[in-house]
Amino acid sequence: MRLEPVANPTWARSLGLPALALVVTVFVASLLAMVAGAQPFSVLGLIIKGAFGSKFATLETLNRATPLIFTGLAVAVAFRAKLWNIGAEAQLYMGAVVTVVLGTGALAWPALALLPTIAVAAMLAGAVVLLVPTFLKTRFGVDEVVTTLLLNFVVLLWVSMLLEGSLKDPMGLGWPKSARLIEEARLPRMMEGLRLHWGFGLALISALVVWVIQRRTTLGYEMRAVGLNPQAARFAGIPVNAVLIKTALLSGGLAALAGFSEVAGLKGNLTLDISPGFGYTGIIVAMLALLNPLGVVVAALFVAGIFVGADSMSRAAGVPTYLADIMLALALLLMVLAIMLTKFRVRRD
Amino acid sequence: MDLLDILISASFWTAAIRIASPLIFAALGELICERAGVLNLGIEGIMVVGAFAGWLTVYLGGGLWFGVAVAMLSGMAFGLVHGVLTVPFGLSQHVVGLGITLLATSLTYYCYRLALPEVTSPPKITAFQPFEIPLLSDIPVIGPALFNQTPLTYLALVLVLVVSVILYRTPLGLALRAAGENPAAVEAQGLSVTGIRIGAVMVGSGLMAVGGAFLTMSAFNSFFFEMVNGRGWICIALVVFGSWKPGKTLLGAVLFAAFDALQIRLQQTPLGADIPYQIFLMAPYILSILALVVMSRRAQVPAALMVPFNKGER
Repeated sequence: MRLEPVANPTWARSLGLPALALVVTVFVASLLAMVAGAQPFSVLGLIIKGAFGSKFATLETLNRATPLIFTGLAVAVAFRAKLWNIGAEAQLYMGAVVTVVLGTGALAWPALALLPTIAVAAMLAGAVVLLVPTFLKTRFGVDEVVTTLLLNFVVLLWVSMLLEGSLKDPMGLGWPKSARLIEEARLPRMMEGLRLHWGFGLALISALVVWVIQRRTTLGYEMRAVGLNPQAARFAGIPVNAVLIKTALLSGGLAALAGFSEVAGLKGNLTLDISPGFGYTGIIVAMLALLNPLGVVVAALFVAGIFVGADSMSRAAGVPTYLADIMLALALLLMVLAIMLTKFRVRRD
Repeated sequence: MDLLDILISASFWTAAIRIASPLIFAALGELICERAGVLNLGIEGIMVVGAFAGWLTVYLGGGLWFGVAVAMLSGMAFGLVHGVLTVPFGLSQHVVGLGITLLATSLTYYCYRLALPEVTSPPKITAFQPFEIPLLSDIPVIGPALFNQTPLTYLALVLVLVVSVILYRTPLGLALRAAGENPAAVEAQGLSVTGIRIGAVMVGSGLMAVGGAFLTMSAFNSFFFEMVNGRGWICIALVVFGSWKPGKTLLGAVLFAAFDALQIRLQQTPLGADIPYQIFLMAPYILSILALVVMSRRAQVPAALMVPFNKGER
């Protein structure tokens, strides 16, 4: 077989194929749920109901989407420049650590001064974690996929060490968790009485800012050029390594904001399980969004909806929650295939 | 215990070779994929599948070698998906690989929950037992280390030789290497780059799954979540460290495993008791990163690694 470019894909092709990918995902998930003893086609309904069926469920989904918007943006920014940042998990935890270090009483400032300071410091810390692999890539040619992946393990062990050592809550009854943030370091709720914190607002603003950077600034243009063809970009006078470093600063900073928002907005303290793999799920979010920053918001809501919905579906129908991860993996693989097939036609030799 | 005492003890080297075995299988698998031009980031998930498939087969009453075969076949199935998506369709090898890892891991956990809904502690199987090779195992230190291991470890060591011979001494190996260096030349010879690459990814993924199966069928005797714990990613680093050569990759795996065995023993020394245990657990990952930095300068990356091949395009 051979692939032939489609000059002007029809609407049916560009929308129908991605839709088909989602239909197949739901179909396979239904079959798997049937194996687990559930009513085959009740699963989708239960998931949607669990994710958006009530005010409580919807707010839960928005809360779950918040860190995914940040990590999704982090991955989208990096992948656009072909900087393969698989280390958003580590950068998230760095942001969380900085939030706890500064927010548990070290700085007794009013909230309006304290929160921005913590956010910026968290971003810097996350950026540094990604700068190391980026520097190894630009200076020594070390593949950043492996180094960012391995750093996830290093940073998680380091956080575990801190939570059993210097950051351990003296009142924590021996549990490996940090002390709670002071009131001034907590992100307030977006509306009185609604269980939704300002981390969500910050995530939406970040998506807009990234969109503006990508579409309206020289840096955004340079990032895309480096991603499309580094040799050509270099030939055109773009400082490729400098662009990669700036990309890393932005990407690592965004991922760290996920940690800041989870600790300051949702949890109030740091434990070793504040992220059930948000850094890795960010890759799925970014790919489903086709690396578009505004699409990341939509994709994060979709992915968060599947997670929250699958939790409640699992309780109602007795299907293991891992079905959510299976659905996301299928959606990811089928979606990249579908998107490719909107642009290319398969021809037999 | 003194550092020197540890390094000359037979039990230390026996442990090192045992820890190296799953890495040898999986790293050889990754090496075969990459030599044909395909980066396989599905390795971490495929090892999980292999660990579970092999263990479940034996748990349900199958023989040990039958379990290894089932593990290999399930790994090859995921390899087929990876190969079809990345080779003829030319999708991003990074994205597909990570997708395969997520799919394989979550499917495994899902099946585990379905197969054993009520268990709290994972059930055990009778795993492969060490098989002492007469005479050779009496050699001091290296005797027990090399010749008093389970049959799967012997298989891993023999495989290094087999893969080397196939890669460098047979037409098949030549075609495979050429597919990763200069695919157009392979096509000009009338061979199918697509076929070679998909085949390589399937065989490589099969070996990764056997590496995973080693964990449940030889190193331990049950399956538990998170048991692969980044070994797949370390194998990718080992292939780079070994410059895409089987012998050097074996050396890397043994060095890595020796270091891992050493950190476990150092934790029990008086000095180790003062240092947080996380430092010791971090060391292998940091060591891998350092090894990549040192080796990447003279690494000979296959020229067409991660470059999709589209017939008729020049």
